Amino acid sequence: MSKTYYDPADLRKFGEITEWSEELGKKFFDYYGKVFEEGALSAREKSLIALAVSHVVKCPYCIDAYTKDGLQRGITKEEMMEAVHAGAAIESGATLVHGVQMMNKYKKLSM
Amino acid sequence: MSLKSLKARKDDLSSPQRQLELLSEGIFEEGELPTFRDKISETGHFPLKPKKLEILQLNLGYMCNQVCSHCHVDAGPDRKEIMTKETMLQCLEVIKNTGAHTLDLTGGAPEMNPNFKWFVQEASKAGIKDFIVRSNLTIILANKKYHDLPDFFKKHNVHVVSSLPFYKREKTDKQRGSGVFDKSIKALQLLNKVGYAQPESKLKLDLVYNPSGAFLPTNQAAMEKDFKKALKEDFNIDFNHLFAITNLPISRFLEYLIASENYEDYMYSLVEAYNPAAVENVMCTNTISISWDGWLYDCDFNQMLDLKVNAKVKHISEYNEDLLNDRNIIISQHCYGCTAGAGSSCQGSTI
Repeated sequence: MSKTYYDPADLRKFGEITEWSEELGKKFFDYYGKVFEEGALSAREKSLIALAVSHVVKCPYCIDAYTKDGLQRGITKEEMMEAVHAGAAIESGATLVHGVQMMNKYKKLSM
Repeated sequence: MSLKSLKARKDDLSSPQRQLELLSEGIFEEGELPTFRDKISETGHFPLKPKKLEILQLNLGYMCNQVCSHCHVDAGPDRKEIMTKETMLQCLEVIKNTGAHTLDLTGGAPEMNPNFKWFVQEASKAGIKDFIVRSNLTIILANKKYHDLPDFFKKHNVHVVSSLPFYKREKTDKQRGSGVFDKSIKALQLLNKVGYAQPESKLKLDLVYNPSGAFLPTNQAAMEKDFKKALKEDFNIDFNHLFAITNLPISRFLEYLIASENYEDYMYSLVEAYNPAAVENVMCTNTISISWDGWLYDCDFNQMLDLKVNAKVKHISEYNEDLLNDRNIIISQHCYGCTAGAGSSCQGSTI
């Protein structure tokens, strides 16, 4: 079997990071759990946001986790894909808005 | 989706013994995950004992007009196991004398038993408080002889519990077969029309949601809200409650898990979601399941794994509620399906 940096089975071991730094690990997982509880935003809405961000930060573990989470919540594939596009639009927008910087510099350097 | 049962395909997994071996091998044998026995022992729940008997569940046969890809019964048109009138008569005697308040008829498609209507008529005279028939809905439209089922159910005040995996066509048809969604919708409309789930009506219609894939059901109340909204807006359908049921890793769902390489992840999900509070209310503690040939089981799943009750009486012909209530419930790793998250049973979540 070829070796890769990412192993899907590693996601199950995520909790083990606490073993090498108990206080920080625990604080992180407490915080993480709290973030995804029902609040001003529904848990369903947060799941879709997490899915979009997972794609933007290109985290394969997160994509696996929040695709499954979405299925469990009855989120449709159309909703999931729109969330991915929302993330992608912000990401491409972030690139394109730098075009203004390019234009500014171009204009400044040009007679 | 295959159009034949595992049994007709002579698949290894049609053997209960093979399924039980698989559920004890690998990750459970190597100690990567705790066995169900070890897990419930941690909280002092072993051996698992029954509480008061509340539900008698009768399986009228494994024949079905559908071949659903997740079916734990391995039901289908090619299954010929059908409860005889003789066994039904034995069941009627038990029903007249039981302390259970609920009678639950299941299958296969229980309506396909040639004595179904006679049996419902007779059983409804026994004064059982809640008389459930688990209907797959499409049977109502499958043949002219079933078209009167909504009226028949109404006449005998039957509580209809129907499977509808999702409120959208694509997921339902993938799990249950092409065209199932449209027929199910039509059948639900017919049930509504005769009064099921209507305001002021006593006629109850509940739906069963089970995930169409290798994932667990989410919060039942949230799902019910989504189902109610979508079915009302799109099809003007009403129902009373939604039961969210976890797919147990046996029979055709086990076949799917293995073939799609989801088995290990699924078992991890079940074990991670283990909830000691759900153990308190697992359905085997208040149910006796009776097979088409009269054998007694802790639940419908144990029936399919051929794990007969661990009691002196094992058959309807020698039924004795006191002796049965004293038994130890038989468990294996499939039981994790009923203790995950908010728990799962034929009545939905258990906590």
